Amino acid sequence: MIKDITIGQFFPGKSIVHRLDPRIKLLITVLYIVMLFVADGLAGLGVGVVFMLLAFLLSKIPFKLMLKSIKPLVPIILFTGILNLFFISSGTPVVEWHFIKITDQGIKTMIFMALRIILLICGTSLLTYTTSPITLTDAIERILSPLKIIKFPAHEIAMMMTIALRFIPTLIEETDKIMSAQKARGADMESGNVFHRAKALIPILIPLFVSAFRRAEELALAMECRCYHGGEGRTRLKQLKTAPRDYIAVAATVLFLAAVIALNRLLAS
Amino acid sequence: MGIIRTENLTYVYGEGTPFRKVALDNINLDIDEGEIVGIIGRTGSGKSTLIQHFNGLLKPASGSVFIDGEELFKDKSRLKDIRFKVGLVFQYPEYQLFEETVYKDIAFGPRNMGLSEEEIDRRVRETARLVGLEESHMEKSPFELSGGQKRRAAIAGVMAMEPKVLILDEPTAGLDPRGRDMILGLIKEYHAEKGTTVLLVSHSMEDVARTVSKILVMNNSKVFMYSDRSSVFAKSAELTEMGLTVPQVTRVFDRLRAAGIEFDDEVFSVEYARNLVLRLLSERGRKE
Repeated sequence: MIKDITIGQFFPGKSIVHRLDPRIKLLITVLYIVMLFVADGLAGLGVGVVFMLLAFLLSKIPFKLMLKSIKPLVPIILFTGILNLFFISSGTPVVEWHFIKITDQGIKTMIFMALRIILLICGTSLLTYTTSPITLTDAIERILSPLKIIKFPAHEIAMMMTIALRFIPTLIEETDKIMSAQKARGADMESGNVFHRAKALIPILIPLFVSAFRRAEELALAMECRCYHGGEGRTRLKQLKTAPRDYIAVAATVLFLAAVIALNRLLAS
Repeated sequence: MGIIRTENLTYVYGEGTPFRKVALDNINLDIDEGEIVGIIGRTGSGKSTLIQHFNGLLKPASGSVFIDGEELFKDKSRLKDIRFKVGLVFQYPEYQLFEETVYKDIAFGPRNMGLSEEEIDRRVRETARLVGLEESHMEKSPFELSGGQKRRAAIAGVMAMEPKVLILDEPTAGLDPRGRDMILGLIKEYHAEKGTTVLLVSHSMEDVARTVSKILVMNNSKVFMYSDRSSVFAKSAELTEMGLTVPQVTRVFDRLRAAGIEFDDEVFSVEYARNLVLRLLSERGRKE
């Protein structure tokens, strides 16, 4: 059923990774991505693997969850891997059969690309697993706030994201209800061709839009009743504060990044 | 065998997750045709889950549901036909209105049944009259109607399918007393006119007491009892314990009886109470 869809894969916990300042976590994630792209050999990626495993162990996220986040991207990983395997013709051939030619360079690139994608997914998943969506939007607001000077609506955008995230489960529930109600009236959504099915969505979409607008209006009114008037002069319940552990985490990440660059240099020469 | 029968019906939400919850626990029921039944219980007692099984929107985890002698989910292709036998009006049904006109919205169900145009027209007009919608409303957009009218139009949309069983989930929720009386009145009228089985889900004992003949009390995912009004209200202490109440007038008259005033009637509605009081007073006047 629709209800079973979970959005925002936040996995609550109290580990040190969970407690890091979300802004710092965003910064570390960016550094980590840079690290993965700077690495030009398997040795460099090895450093990335170590970093990833370290963060992962500290976060105390179940290993199963990590595998779950990789699962939907397995086809893409396989696709890039196979493309690299067959279309790189430089290096010494390992297998040659008719038009198929697999070189050691190809195998190397395949492993390298696959590993890079897996590391990318794991790293970004770790961010969403350990940071609640609301804190994440808070962090984005704070990071974007210097742009207010050029009239960039950082607060408004963060508020929009927060509201959107807040209403995803509500709207899913609503859709479920409307679908049941129309099914009870004999609406058939499972059979027929594409046009038939598209038409069958009308009895669901119209009530859904109507209720979304109604909710928006009610929410706007409720916010105004509580004197909401935009970001100007607004204080927050949860202040984002950086602690020594945040600086240590950044320093560690920078060290890892430096190690990757150093490895690149050493292996190149 | 009644029109609705369940055998060891069990339903579980979120099987295999930490949020697992048994919503229905071994329900055995037999509801006779033509009955008007109130289903009562606290929020989360399993009322809504139960009624969604009656037209196959939910599939039992174990056990079975029989509608009109036919087992649900035995043959998937029959599900749609069985669904037409059981009309289900959800909570706040006005939120499911979508057509351009009230007429078209009421006709949505009958049209899905594949009826002829004349038959659709007959049913739409008949049910519109039954729920008290005027001819002038029929070509309006359903979104232009008042709250109470919207509710009635939505109920008409299900009634027009002329199901053998009509189930209404909290049909009076969020209405003012006048709107509530109107809805309950039209449900009674519909039952009297068509003789269909009606199931009325509610948490208001007052609403149920003056509308239905039998009451099904749900508590903690189980059926607490299924019986006629007076035997249910006789268990006033147990009902209070599970967070339900006996109607106010019934309580008043129980106290009067305890205070030594003699009468045989069971009192469920204010109108009935008034007549009873007048009768008792005139009897007393005669005696003196």
